[in-house]
Amino acid sequence: MFNNVFSPEKIAEALDIFVTEFPLATWETFYVTFVATLFAVVIGLPIGVILATGDKKGVLPLPGWLYRVINIIINLLRSVPFLILMILVVPFTRLIVGTSIGTVASIVPLVIASFPFVARLCESSFREVNHDLIETAESMGSSPFQIIIKVLVPESVPSLISNMTIAITTILGYSAMSAAIGGGGLGKIAINYGYYRYKTLVMFIAVIFLILLVQLFQTIGDKLAKKADKRLL
Amino acid sequence: MIEIRNLSKTFDSVEALKNVSITIEDGDIFGIIGMSGAGKSTLVRTINMLEKPTDGTVLIDGVDLSLLSKKELREVRRNVTMIFQHFNLLQQRTCLKNVCFPLELIGVKKDEAEKKAMELLTLVGLPDKADSYPSQLSGGQQQRVAIARALATNPKVLLCDEATSALDPKTTAQILELIRKINKELNITVVVITHQMSVVEDVCNKVAILDQGEVKEQGLVTDIFSSPKSAAAKRLVFPDGASSIERGENEHRIRLIFNGSDTTNTPMIAKLAMECGIAANIIAANTKVIEGDTYGYMVLGITGTHETLGRAVDFIKSTGKIEVMEVPDDVQ
Ligand SMILES: Nc1ncnc2c1ncn2[C@@H]1O[C@H](COP(=O)(O)OP(=O)(O)O)[C@@H](O)[C@H]1O
Ligand SMILES: [Mg+2]
Repeated sequence: MFNNVFSPEKIAEALDIFVTEFPLATWETFYVTFVATLFAVVIGLPIGVILATGDKKGVLPLPGWLYRVINIIINLLRSVPFLILMILVVPFTRLIVGTSIGTVASIVPLVIASFPFVARLCESSFREVNHDLIETAESMGSSPFQIIIKVLVPESVPSLISNMTIAITTILGYSAMSAAIGGGGLGKIAINYGYYRYKTLVMFIAVIFLILLVQLFQTIGDKLAKKADKRLL
Repeated sequence: MIEIRNLSKTFDSVEALKNVSITIEDGDIFGIIGMSGAGKSTLVRTINMLEKPTDGTVLIDGVDLSLLSKKELREVRRNVTMIFQHFNLLQQRTCLKNVCFPLELIGVKKDEAEKKAMELLTLVGLPDKADSYPSQLSGGQQQRVAIARALATNPKVLLCDEATSALDPKTTAQILELIRKINKELNITVVVITHQMSVVEDVCNKVAILDQGEVKEQGLVTDIFSSPKSAAAKRLVFPDGASSIERGENEHRIRLIFNGSDTTNTPMIAKLAMECGIAANIIAANTKVIEGDTYGYMVLGITGTHETLGRAVDFIKSTGKIEVMEVPDDVQ
């Protein structure tokens, strides 16, 4: 099989595709992942705050039923497999983007699939903040809102960066999968050439690029998290 | 003035405080001492209503805190600030920004807040640490920053919950010195929660002894230390069972308190024997020498007349910064 994969003409063909299609595909994957993560954080972070502070003994207690409803919705969304969720939200995607096919359209299901996950990650970051600090802020007359803005969020920045690195690499994986229902980028190349047209070498290269992107995000995320943490001076 | 009246607090089934009444006058450095689990933290937290009492009231300058709205309570908390055992500084903020924190909460302008914070860091002796982060500071320095932060809103009362319990004796003495200075120079009433007798001896003028949620004894430190009446007080004053050693006939007992006394170069007991001809028996001792200074206490038995005792006390006092108290006969 590998003789076949690495024959001179296959390599020449793969190189050709590499030069003509990979730059755009890589950019698309990068862009989709980044934008989807951004939206997921914009939606997920406030929900994470609610999850971490809204319980009965929290800083900003919500009515018990409301807190439970939010919890259940987040759990429900998280338990739907991504591939199925993508199909389920097609009508919604059409409504927002006008089409359900293509790079931009794939951002919508990615955001919907990942914001509950991001919300949980943020919740866990906020819960890591030493409770004594919250109580100290209370003892100085902080309002609940001030505690969130001035204590909870700033104190959890390093942990948030680490967790958002996990999120972005997961969303990168999802974005590759979204090629199955018309998303663009490296995932599309891998599926089109590797799965439909048996150009295994092209698929390998696409996968290697995906791995490299994950490494890149992880390395940058680790560096930023470490740099942000003033406990490590 | 802080009036704690018939205060009780029950958690589920645990009675943390039982009918506690304490009056703390302006200008006091009031110690609340008790063993771990006695209810000290719970008590101090009711003074700024971080903990709502199950029963009873706390009045500060005649204002009943239990009647205040959340917003009004936040204002009270600017007047009654707090420091903690583990300092509780925000780890991701510089020291200067930590001191600015309470000022930010009330909307003081940035440059004004920073100016005030710098003054306070200077007051606590750390002007050069303004741009450092808490993780770069020693425990004692962190507590100084926490004190500066607690002073930012010009409070009338400072609550200290085991503020020196995580510090070594030398650093403890320095922090207590700072607390004394704040009390004197800024006219701030201080409530000191501790399980260490030495802290009360060093810095407090009054003390309440808390045991299993109840105040067993309260009054002037000098009174309670020289003649503890309740069992709880005796246990604290003589923690190592010093009183269990039978007292001989004509034996007087004195308690020496070392708070950074420079005594290492004086063989005090030997000199007492040689120079004054007085034999002293060490009944109990718990002292530590740190960087040449002695901390802790010692109980000596001295047999003889009152005159002998007087000479012994004078001699001991002349050897350094040592406090001496007589242990009354009725204390066993
Ligand atoms: N939030 C709480 N819930 C339940 N029990 C508590 C709580 N806080 C304190 N207690 C209990 O109240 C008692 C007194 O605790 P605390 O005031 O912390 O004592 P101290 O500070 O003197 O060590 C202990 O038995 C403790 O377990
Ligand atoms: Mg305590």
